[in-house]
Amino acid sequence: MWDRIDRDVYHWFAIVLITLALILAQPHVEWLSAYPKNLIIPFADWLNAIMNWLVTHLGWLFMGVSWLLEWPIKGVRMVLQALPWSVTGFLFCLVAYIASGWRLALFTLTSCLYMVIIGYWPESMNTLSLVAISVPMAILFGFGLGVWAFYSRRAERAIMPLLDILQTVPAFAYLLLILMLFGFGTVVGLIASVLYSFPPMVRNTIVGLRRVPAEVIESGLMSGATGRQLFWRVRVPSAKRQLLLGVNQATMASLSMVIIASIIGGTADIGWEVLSQIRKAQFGESLLAGLVIALIAMVIDRVTSGLATQSGDYENRKRSQSLRHRALLIACIGVVAFYALAKFIPALEVWPRDLEFSPARSMNESLTYLIVNFRTEIETIKTLAFFFVMLPTKIGLQGSVSPFTWGFELQTWHSLSYAAGMTMLGAFCAYRVNAHVAIFILLFAIFFYFGLTKMPWPALLLIYSFAAWRIGGTRLGLGTFFGLGFIVVTGIWPEAMLSVYLCSIAVIISFILGAGLGIWAAGNDTVSAILRPINDTLQTMPLFVILIPFVMIFKIGEFTALLAIIAYAIVPAIRYTEHGLRNLPEGVIEAAQMMGCSNRQMLWSVKIPLALPVMMLGLNQTIMYGIAMLVIAALVGTNGLEQIVYIGLSDGNFGLGLIAGMGLAIIAMIADRTTQAWSRKKQNIAEIHFW
Amino acid sequence: MTSETPAKKDVKLSCRNVWKIYGEEPKQFFEAGNGAVESPVSLANTISNSNHIVANADVSFNVHVGEIFVIMGLSGSGKSTIVRCISRLVEPTAGEVLLDGEDVLKKSDAELIDIRRHKMGMVFQSFGLMPHLNVIENIAFPLKLQGVGERERCAQAERVIELVGLQGRESNFPNELSGGQQQRVGIARSLAVEPEVWLLDEPFSALDPLIRKKMQDEFLRIQSVLHKSIVFITHDFQEALRVADRMAIMRDGAIVQVGRPADLILNPVDDYVREFTRDVPWESVLCAADVAEAADGPLKGLGRVTADTPIDSLLGYLGENADGVAVEAADGSVIGVARAANVVKALANGYDTTPADVRR
Ligand SMILES: Nc1ncnc2c1ncn2[C@@H]1O[C@H](COP(=O)(O)OP(=O)(O)OP(=O)(O)O)[C@@H](O)[C@H]1O
Ligand SMILES: [Mg+2]
Repeated sequence: MWDRIDRDVYHWFAIVLITLALILAQPHVEWLSAYPKNLIIPFADWLNAIMNWLVTHLGWLFMGVSWLLEWPIKGVRMVLQALPWSVTGFLFCLVAYIASGWRLALFTLTSCLYMVIIGYWPESMNTLSLVAISVPMAILFGFGLGVWAFYSRRAERAIMPLLDILQTVPAFAYLLLILMLFGFGTVVGLIASVLYSFPPMVRNTIVGLRRVPAEVIESGLMSGATGRQLFWRVRVPSAKRQLLLGVNQATMASLSMVIIASIIGGTADIGWEVLSQIRKAQFGESLLAGLVIALIAMVIDRVTSGLATQSGDYENRKRSQSLRHRALLIACIGVVAFYALAKFIPALEVWPRDLEFSPARSMNESLTYLIVNFRTEIETIKTLAFFFVMLPTKIGLQGSVSPFTWGFELQTWHSLSYAAGMTMLGAFCAYRVNAHVAIFILLFAIFFYFGLTKMPWPALLLIYSFAAWRIGGTRLGLGTFFGLGFIVVTGIWPEAMLSVYLCSIAVIISFILGAGLGIWAAGNDTVSAILRPINDTLQTMPLFVILIPFVMIFKIGEFTALLAIIAYAIVPAIRYTEHGLRNLPEGVIEAAQMMGCSNRQMLWSVKIPLALPVMMLGLNQTIMYGIAMLVIAALVGTNGLEQIVYIGLSDGNFGLGLIAGMGLAIIAMIADRTTQAWSRKKQNIAEIHFW
Repeated sequence: MTSETPAKKDVKLSCRNVWKIYGEEPKQFFEAGNGAVESPVSLANTISNSNHIVANADVSFNVHVGEIFVIMGLSGSGKSTIVRCISRLVEPTAGEVLLDGEDVLKKSDAELIDIRRHKMGMVFQSFGLMPHLNVIENIAFPLKLQGVGERERCAQAERVIELVGLQGRESNFPNELSGGQQQRVGIARSLAVEPEVWLLDEPFSALDPLIRKKMQDEFLRIQSVLHKSIVFITHDFQEALRVADRMAIMRDGAIVQVGRPADLILNPVDDYVREFTRDVPWESVLCAADVAEAADGPLKGLGRVTADTPIDSLLGYLGENADGVAVEAADGSVIGVARAANVVKALANGYDTTPADVRR
């Protein structure tokens, strides 16, 4: 055991030395700092060539499909636009009531009234009509694939990586592909949202069908079920709850993608409204429109999850069954009544323009007031963060310390004492904690001094691959090596590092803050009760609505992106920490109490170590959320891969966008697999320790 | 109970040399496809030495019409596997399962479904109720699969609900029922199609002792009405005693001994079987015929009892009459004489206590 650990530490130490050597050699060897341009493999050009060929030769096929798909959307849209808002709104409230009861119905009513009064009803209905078509398609498709994967191992092995790719490659990267194949218009949004939202349905279908107890299947067989009966009458009904969970997730994904897809325009929907308002710097309007999206998302989420829990709750089923019989009747009566009413009171049919009320103007004014009056404070926050955190991480202390930023010139003795101090800290940790922490501190010190983007790429490749290998084994190590290798040879390494830099700062801050809040919430029910609805809201909120308040105050730039990422990525950190701390084995806690742990000891030496595996999963989710938000944050001006993806989209350079998108996906997958492996490892250790 | 001989003696269900092997390539050991091998023991050894699991080894037994056949054995001895082989929930590796003389294993899928729909019923240890159906829907489920009409289905389900005493709970869902009630639903469901062969895999072991006792009574009552041919698995020898006409003890997938419960108690083939029968109160198991010895003197003046009289009901009489009692068979002929000494000797076998140190 001991000599293994020692060997590991030697290896790490060697890697630290190699890194230093590479950094020293960097000024003299050009290819160390930048991968040579003439060795870049032009994948992007190849992809573009393939694409062009496809478009010229098979374009008609896709256009035909596009033309066909256009019809149902148009149909739904026409119906939703033609119905008086009062009728549609009534139906929504009724559905909400059936799904979950009075409170949700009231919430739905408020949301509908809000949309109407603010004046975004028609746009909302356009968005909804797209969702209404894409969700059933995604569900059917996802269910079909899920069933196939359930029955066939081989199919599963083919489908799972596809799902991973679809869920990690940023949508902006394949939006262009769809655009080029299917042409402008609503169909792009439809296809993009189906592509993005069917994977959760597949996963839930597989899990649901797998979880049906063997005994239930056997008793179905013994009841004389034919193959088909066994599937439709036994497996599917037993898996219903999980399936509905899939429907919920697919719906949410679809909604978020419909909104992202509106970035290419072509539809007068609510996503487009938000975007164009952001672009016009009309912040009041964009926030109001963003709120509409958030409300739609929340209502749909609650309704579908309400239906899902209801279906598992067999006690309630009887009640809701009789309710449903009546509901049809009520629905018919209500529709007729409101329709008739709308004929007499035109305001119930189409809300009159002059009754619209929008606080946008006063919001804009108060924002202006805020910005003008607190300019110095806002600027200070921004500069502090920029000079002391972001810049050093990006280009290192070496590049960022100057009289202009830190107030003094970086002298040799500064650097030397930094090196000495860090080495001593490392030595101290090696002595007091363990050697791995020491190595971590040394590497961190090097990063922080030279800057992530200034590190020679072979050194980073080496460090990442070695870490992945140590944590997750040979496969993960090799995967990381080749994944990062792909990023190197396609020439997008510098941008990739910019993405990593922004995302890592955001993740570290989110995790520290989030874990702190989670610890607090785990020990304090009031805090927990306050945080829960906030988390819920942030989680259902479409990503670029989260951007809006930050853009309002801090304007376009990396700092805004950073804040937006933190706001979103902090949610899982809080959730998992609280969950982990609140669900510890009672016996251990009681035993520790009996040993006379103080509260602080209890937290730091008992609870947190025990909750660590769960917290690691939280870190994993924090990273995933961070990357998801990073992609969206490209809209407010970042410089990493996500920006290339976005540029690829707006310039029509499909190959470039896709390569950058794949780069991001690779980074996401490496981060995901590594943290998961780490969490599993911790879990094993915890088990060995305590059982 | 035990000695009540079934009216008909026809064989209903018959397992012949059934093998079930789990592993990479189970078929390789049965080139001929027939389970009847020369020396099953050595074959089983060979198989388990080559990385396969022998779940059933050369299992053969008959179940007669109207008979309750109990299977016992330690955990993992292959009890569940053999009933699953009979119902073909798992496919036996070799052997035959004859139902009314026809090999179930050779049936096509459609025929198999038909058999399950009309001839076989099964009760599962953990109930296996459909969570999304209420009591009456669960019970009517097999009928629904057959396409029986709604009204007929309900009438039939009501009938079996009454049989298992679940009236009034028709519209409850499984999660609203106690374990005992859920098992009744399971039993009712398997009875709804009026099967001829009834397979019960530890039907009562999830229940507490009081309910279990009640369920056993109910089970016997139902059987006295319906006269099914039953394979009944249990871990509990007391339970086996109460319900079994004949029973089999299994070990490592193979049957060690088959016979009436009393046979197993009186003449266990080895220690494994003896272990099962150890805690049985013998006086309540043995009957007069089991302790009778051939009459060596005149029978005149002796009292007479039937062969199936339980010993415990004779103890008083034998205490008073040293000459014993004459035991006669069903046809009135005398089997032999049972005396107090015979009873004491038989009982002595059944107790495991170390003999007292008797000084002379
Ligand atoms: N699907 C399977 N794959 C491999 N081995 C199996 C499988 N099913 C059963 N076995 C093995 O077959 C043997 C017999 O199992 P079976 O379930 O018949 O035991 P059992 O007598 O019913 O035990 P219990 O009393 O615990 O229910 C066991 O050793 C078990 O591990
Ligand atoms: Mg079993």
